Amino acid sequence: MIVELLIIAVLVAVACAIPGVFLVLKKMSLISDAISHSVLLGIVVGFMLTHSLSSPLLFIGAVITGLLTVFLSEVLVKSRLVKEDAAIGLVFPALFSIGVILVSRYTGNVHLDTDAVLLGELIFTPLDRLTFMGRDLGPRMIWVMSIILIINLAVLFLFFKELKLATFDEGLSASLGFSPILIQYILMIDVSITTVGAFDAVGSILVVALMIVPAATAYLLTDNLKTMVILSIIIGIVASLLGIAFSWIIDASAAGGMAVMVGIIFFFTFLFSPSRGIIVLKKRRKNQKIEFAIKMLVVHLLHHSNTKSELEECREQHLLEHINWEPRFAKQVVQKAKKDELVTDREGILILSKTGINMAQESMLR
Amino acid sequence: MDKNWAIDAEDITIAYHDKPVIWDVDMQVPKGVMMAIIGPNGAGKSTLIKGLLGLIPLTAGDVKVFGESYKKVRKKVGYVPQRTAVDWDFPTTVLDVVLMGTYGRLGWVKRPRKEEIILAHEAIEKVGMSEFANRQISQLSGGQQQRVFLARALTQNAEIYLMDEPFQGVDATTERAIISILKELKNSGKTVIAVHHDLQTVPDYFDWVTLLNVRRIAGGPVKEVFTKENLRKAYGGRISFLEDKSE
Amino acid sequence: MFDGIFSDYTLRIVSLGAALLGITSGALGSFAVLRKQSLLGDSISHAALPGIVLAFMITGSKNSFILLIGAAIAGWIATTFILSIIRNTRITSDGAQGTILSVFFGLGLLLLTYVQSKPNAAQAGLDKYLFGQAAALLPEDIKSSAILGGLSIIIMIIIWKELKLLTFDPDFGQSLGFSSKLIDYLITALIVIAIVTGLQTVGVILMSSMLIAPAAAARQWTNKLGSMVILSSIFGAIAGIFGAVISCIIPNLPTGPSIVLSLTAIVILSLLFAPDRGVISSMIKRYNNRFDFSLQKLLLTLWNLEKKHGGEKRAHDSLTISFTQPGIKNVNTALLALEQKGWVKKDPKGNWLLSEEGRIKAINIEKGETL
Repeated sequence: MIVELLIIAVLVAVACAIPGVFLVLKKMSLISDAISHSVLLGIVVGFMLTHSLSSPLLFIGAVITGLLTVFLSEVLVKSRLVKEDAAIGLVFPALFSIGVILVSRYTGNVHLDTDAVLLGELIFTPLDRLTFMGRDLGPRMIWVMSIILIINLAVLFLFFKELKLATFDEGLSASLGFSPILIQYILMIDVSITTVGAFDAVGSILVVALMIVPAATAYLLTDNLKTMVILSIIIGIVASLLGIAFSWIIDASAAGGMAVMVGIIFFFTFLFSPSRGIIVLKKRRKNQKIEFAIKMLVVHLLHHSNTKSELEECREQHLLEHINWEPRFAKQVVQKAKKDELVTDREGILILSKTGINMAQESMLR
Repeated sequence: MDKNWAIDAEDITIAYHDKPVIWDVDMQVPKGVMMAIIGPNGAGKSTLIKGLLGLIPLTAGDVKVFGESYKKVRKKVGYVPQRTAVDWDFPTTVLDVVLMGTYGRLGWVKRPRKEEIILAHEAIEKVGMSEFANRQISQLSGGQQQRVFLARALTQNAEIYLMDEPFQGVDATTERAIISILKELKNSGKTVIAVHHDLQTVPDYFDWVTLLNVRRIAGGPVKEVFTKENLRKAYGGRISFLEDKSE
Repeated sequence: MFDGIFSDYTLRIVSLGAALLGITSGALGSFAVLRKQSLLGDSISHAALPGIVLAFMITGSKNSFILLIGAAIAGWIATTFILSIIRNTRITSDGAQGTILSVFFGLGLLLLTYVQSKPNAAQAGLDKYLFGQAAALLPEDIKSSAILGGLSIIIMIIIWKELKLLTFDPDFGQSLGFSSKLIDYLITALIVIAIVTGLQTVGVILMSSMLIAPAAAARQWTNKLGSMVILSSIFGAIAGIFGAVISCIIPNLPTGPSIVLSLTAIVILSLLFAPDRGVISSMIKRYNNRFDFSLQKLLLTLWNLEKKHGGEKRAHDSLTISFTQPGIKNVNTALLALEQKGWVKKDPKGNWLLSEEGRIKAINIEKGETL
């Protein structure tokens, strides 16, 4: 049972992480947030028609509402009556509201209630078995998520090149014959299907956490699309397993635990990522500031060497007044420049050395 | 620190992180001139204007306006941002936008009164937009939008005007109207500095020019510094169309 | 249905609460929409959930004021995180918002389920903050939202001029010496307050609609900021009252979704029927333009026919005329419209010819005049 449950969690995490990469890169994270809200309507309508949460009709309903969200938002934007952010913010709450009202009025307590909408019921997913001619084939969820995972992987491999192009340069990929709109819609269908699949396990809203956050975290760690996909998957798996363990210990919702864990991983990456973490970034910016200041100093000196104003402009004292650096910072810069033998001091006037002149000329070439 | 300079900028460097957009630029602008800032795309012209106004922090350097720091003489400085910098679908009227020019004098919280409204109407009339005073701004053409921005700056009643691309995307009539207003300003002793794109019109419109390409290439009276040589320095090889014009 | 469970008193409290909420969020939402920060409100309101639950866990109190302070703090922290991610990494604003929104909301749900698992009845009712429950509003709740909402609207009125200036043209405003950072902080704080005051009624998940929808609807009816803010408040209040009261009357109808659907109805009506900007009005305008254009063409044709016959004022039957007008679908309607203007006449045989006036008009059109 527990193994099956963990398998389900891992499958959900991996299936969500894959489209997430493209959502983050294509700056469409909030569209996926919108879709995850509004697919509820499709799920509920499907459920009301079939009285089953396992009917394929639910997927069709969800895909339709997912696409409807995107389509309606685009219609609003094209009408130029509202701006893009407001358009999205008008459409998905409306569709979601209809869904919530249907859930609470007509389906109440029959396998589908607002808790299921928000949190999913991961613990119960292994109980729903798939049987074939009297033989137990394992939890239905494993089959469903495996199929979705295969679809996501297929989308990933089939469109990897195209998505890479579309992600980095929409104009270019359009001119090469791949319609960015088509790719966008395929991606949106994929997001809708994945959301419905993951619905049982983590509810429709927290799907967003498993889609966006692993990808956003990976984006802070690598510049390579392939690595980013793999990292997102790993982060998703680790977060969901830790999250389940954590939520068992404190006896709370597994979906909430998974979202919090992936958030914690993101937070630590945000602070400590060796390439883009805040701490490294702050240190690098400080170094850059001094290095840049030295460049600025040599360029300034070069500008004014051999001119009438040299005596005035190249005095150390002048730098303090005119370049408007703080005295301590200016001293630091001049000292570093002297140490690097870029300038020499002749009675308070700074003279460029040969290396200094070279550096100044190189800097000006940009 | 000469008070005769309208603007005295020394050693200005502006950088985003470690990428310099403006490199160690000195620029002195005498009072009462009409100066164009020209240079190729990405030369840092808009950045320079914004740096002078304190809208972007200077990485290094110092700006004096009439010998004082900008903060002290803010009220003597009028600004015309790029027309495309704002959302023209904003729910407001021409009069309302022009009135914004008086906000600086009013300070926090105080509202414009009759006096300011009269001032705004005068400015609107000056740019030939009287019949549009109550028009919603989204219904204006590009040229009309630019006139509104100019009118707003006029209500600032400044001594020096900094303009970012005031002729971009405007019709010929508007361009003529704007230039005649600017010349009028200059004749009444005001200083005008404009980022400009069209090299052909520089000698007709302006009497002073600064050539910029990250660094300052040259600056001074148009007759002296608007030369083939300087233009080539600023624009690289992309200047052939001017060959027979600039001398 | 009124009697029994719900007294007039309850409905009055509910309506008052919903109206206050609608006014506050409608007014401040206008600025959120104009500053293109609509979805920031969504992030802030989702992120408020852990603040509510934590405030309960720390104080053990369910006093709405204490819980809402927790919500405001959490919303503020979330905003700071979002801005810090945007500023310091290459993750764009959508990714930052999606990340913070979902993680904070997940944390809220985790804490909520944790609290609920404790054998302690005190926590009952916290989940009304998810979808809102107007029927549970108490007079104290109305008082605190009246104070907070009133305060934020007063601040808005005091700094009205600055809000307008820095929303429209921040660079220019800053060149005049107004600090755009200060205004950014103020407006964000006001929006946080507006969100927080609505959480009990609308819930964290749908609260952003209270900011976006009234403003988006109001924008269609007016071209002035002042009227937009007032109208947005009115729309917010109407939808708030309507949605809240209905949700009290009909069982199993959560308040948040009920209010959101009322708002959506207002938005749809506005988009369709607003004069000038509305879809129908611009369709009519486009149709009129096209019709005017076809009238113009028809008039010219008649004039050209006349010229071809050497100026002889001959009448033509509509069939002949329609052969010369392949672009116009209904020549008869167009002819009748021209007749109404007095530019064409029908002779006794039912054939059409230009009137004196119509001839002058046609000559003018030839010179480039339009109708």
